[in-house]
Amino acid sequence: MHLIIFIVFAACCLAGAINLLLQTHPINSALSLIVVMTSLAVLYLLLGAEFLAIAQIIVYAGAIMVLFVFVVMLLNAGREERTLGSRAARIVGLPAVVVLLALFATIILHVNGLGASSASQPITDTAELSAVLFRDLLLPFEVTSVLILIAILGAVALARLGHGDRTVSK
Amino acid sequence: MQQDVPLTWYLLLSAALFCLGIVGFLLKRNIITVFMSIELMLNAVNLSFVTFAHQWHAVKGQIFVFFVMMVAAAEAAVGLAIIIAVFRVRNTLSVDRIDLMKL
Repeated sequence: MHLIIFIVFAACCLAGAINLLLQTHPINSALSLIVVMTSLAVLYLLLGAEFLAIAQIIVYAGAIMVLFVFVVMLLNAGREERTLGSRAARIVGLPAVVVLLALFATIILHVNGLGASSASQPITDTAELSAVLFRDLLLPFEVTSVLILIAILGAVALARLGHGDRTVSK
Repeated sequence: MQQDVPLTWYLLLSAALFCLGIVGFLLKRNIITVFMSIELMLNAVNLSFVTFAHQWHAVKGQIFVFFVMMVAAAEAAVGLAIIIAVFRVRNTLSVDRIDLMKL
């Protein structure tokens, strides 16, 4: 059962990622990215990370992708024209990606001592996770909240109409 | 029926997703889709974090993923605001026409 769930959702992940590359309309790419993120949440659950699975759905598939879809609608993004990128990206970049993937695969396949995930293993429950988060790592957690606050202020400051923009738009 | 999934498979999936993200970053011409490819790469790295946290039963590995998610949320908010600002000035989303800083 475990194996079947893994194979189904890993296939969903890869199919969504490939579909993201093949689609020309940004809204279709955004929807396939949501498929990838939701499948990843299931994989997290298989790995025993229940809190992260829920956070993945709420934060990524919920908040971030809604932001993306909203910007796609706001800017009325149409189909992209296919120019296949710059020459440098095609000549150097794509072979480099293939080499990188081969390198990753070789390293991963040569690592010894990696275990397996099975349904019998205990999942990390949220109480255990929050004990570490709020006791040992309280300061980084609070710093993250300040970071989010700064990001909100930065987003508002960047996205509103400034003086320079108004002269450009006239 | 109890079958185990080797953790190697999770790591291979993570590597494949990361490389697909790079391909998207190189090939896509819409600035929003390029940004989505970056999010895909972040997700791939998160998957390998969770895998290693599972391997060593380390709760801190999962908390690292939590922090990565928070930073990704902040990054998405600021990045999309920059995209809106760029669109307002240049009136295009194509990265081919936003090449003022290109060599």
